[in-house]
Amino acid sequence: MKRKLQTILQNLVAWIFSAIIVVPIIIIALNSFKNVRESNSMDFHLPSVWEFSNYLDVIKRGNLLIGFRNSFSYALISTLILLAVTLPCAFVLQRRASRLYRILYYVLIIGIALPLNNIALMKVMVGLHLMNTRTGIYLLYAAIGLPLSVFIAHGFMSGIPRELDEAAVIDGCSSGKLFLKVILPLLKPVASTLFILNFLNTWNDFTMAIYFLNGSDKMPVTLSVYNFFGQYQKSWNLVCADIMLTALPVLLVYLFAQKYIIQGLTSGAVKG
Amino acid sequence: MKRSKIYPGYFILPALLLITALYLLPSFLGIAYSFTDWSRYSSELHFVGWKNYIKVFSGGEKYLGYIKNTIFFTLFSAIIKLALGLALAILFTSSRIRLRNLHRTIAFAPQVFSVLIIGITFKAMLHPSTGFINTLLRNCHLSFLAHDWLGSIDTAFGSIIAVDAWRGAGYAMVIFIAGIQNIPLIYYESASIDGAGFWAKLLHITIPSLLPTLTVNLVLSITYGLRVFDIVYVLTNGGPGNATDVINTATFMNFSKGNYAMGTTLSSILACVTVIIALFIVRFMGKKEDNQ
Repeated sequence: MKRKLQTILQNLVAWIFSAIIVVPIIIIALNSFKNVRESNSMDFHLPSVWEFSNYLDVIKRGNLLIGFRNSFSYALISTLILLAVTLPCAFVLQRRASRLYRILYYVLIIGIALPLNNIALMKVMVGLHLMNTRTGIYLLYAAIGLPLSVFIAHGFMSGIPRELDEAAVIDGCSSGKLFLKVILPLLKPVASTLFILNFLNTWNDFTMAIYFLNGSDKMPVTLSVYNFFGQYQKSWNLVCADIMLTALPVLLVYLFAQKYIIQGLTSGAVKG
Repeated sequence: MKRSKIYPGYFILPALLLITALYLLPSFLGIAYSFTDWSRYSSELHFVGWKNYIKVFSGGEKYLGYIKNTIFFTLFSAIIKLALGLALAILFTSSRIRLRNLHRTIAFAPQVFSVLIIGITFKAMLHPSTGFINTLLRNCHLSFLAHDWLGSIDTAFGSIIAVDAWRGAGYAMVIFIAGIQNIPLIYYESASIDGAGFWAKLLHITIPSLLPTLTVNLVLSITYGLRVFDIVYVLTNGGPGNATDVINTATFMNFSKGNYAMGTTLSSILACVTVIIALFIVRFMGKKEDNQ
């Protein structure tokens, strides 16, 4: 009897925790369908009239489509650059065990802890003619994701037996062929983890945009939401619709690729 | 065949170039610039020695406030997230909980959203007149508890930490769960035979075995806390006054005002502190594990 009561109690606590997470999301979702007046009181009341037009309104007024396109290209291209430089790097770093390569490894991953000096970075970006350019943003996001990605890929590489390399070399593989034909296919799991992790991080970021981009044509979706919020603070229904539109794609990706996301965020952590 | 031939060094080059140009170079350059009077308003640079550092450490309330707030945020957000994360991990690995995976999915979900989105969501939730929290309090006849959560000095920082915990506890939980799943079940079985209850098992098996996981979580939340920017920027932008300004929001403020030298000084202080603390924790906790 006591045990049963405990079980019920524990499940109750679990649901309370989950409710704390879910309630704000439900409130925002409900609010996004209300008219301006009703959205001024945030509660569980259903909207008296479901204003689906809020969403169209937001897309038009908030420059959302430009934002989506920009964020998508930033996230996709920077992640592809990141993978292209990280995977061969982790392969060689893990296989060569000399002192020099150990030091290089630490140089590459110190950024996990070291915060970026954004102001001096601006100077460097100006010097490299990358300031306020798309190329600059692609390279910047690739660099930001690099330390953790090298760390995770390095950890994964150590699980791929060295005998494979030797066999391939005896069979006449060059080092390039060895990497592309033998190693790369085996890196697929860690590559997909890194892809999703970095894609999401770039998609969600807005710090780099407020430091290094100006002009609405290059604005990522996060920044367009922020500006929209500044302009329409009195219209909670529209702000909520804007939040929903930007959060929904991420939520869908999370629900379908949960395994990879959690792996990406923990695999480095747990091995380290 | 020689290693250098099978594993050519130039495979590392692009990564090294990228990290050197856009990560390490700015860090060193930033330290160099912190000894100058670099600003947007003058094209000339002058060496000023330790002046910027002296200004930070003896320049009065404002700068010490940034440092105090950063430490305060780091400490409390880490403690709360770790405690909550551990509690959730233990709860959601218990065989008595139904739909464990659903609960885990929900608890982790905030981590995938943009901090900016979460910030605006909670600005809506905590709004003094229209927000959900105050509406709820009023409907429960508790209107004396209703409050301008983000706008008053006594609750602004607490609210930021609470929102941050809402977002980050699930991350700590996921890492703890991975740690718990690595503990051999046989420990618990033999403890049960010896008559150990829940708390005895928690204290003598779970927590000691989770020490490495705890280290990881600690390093992650401390390095996150020290460099925190976006959640503070969105929720209060450092206000009211400077009450919730942390080092990185102050850096951004100096950046937008064109006081580049001061901004890069603050950044450099933060970088040094973060690296030292991270190394210290890794060393210290690493030793502790070896001794066991």
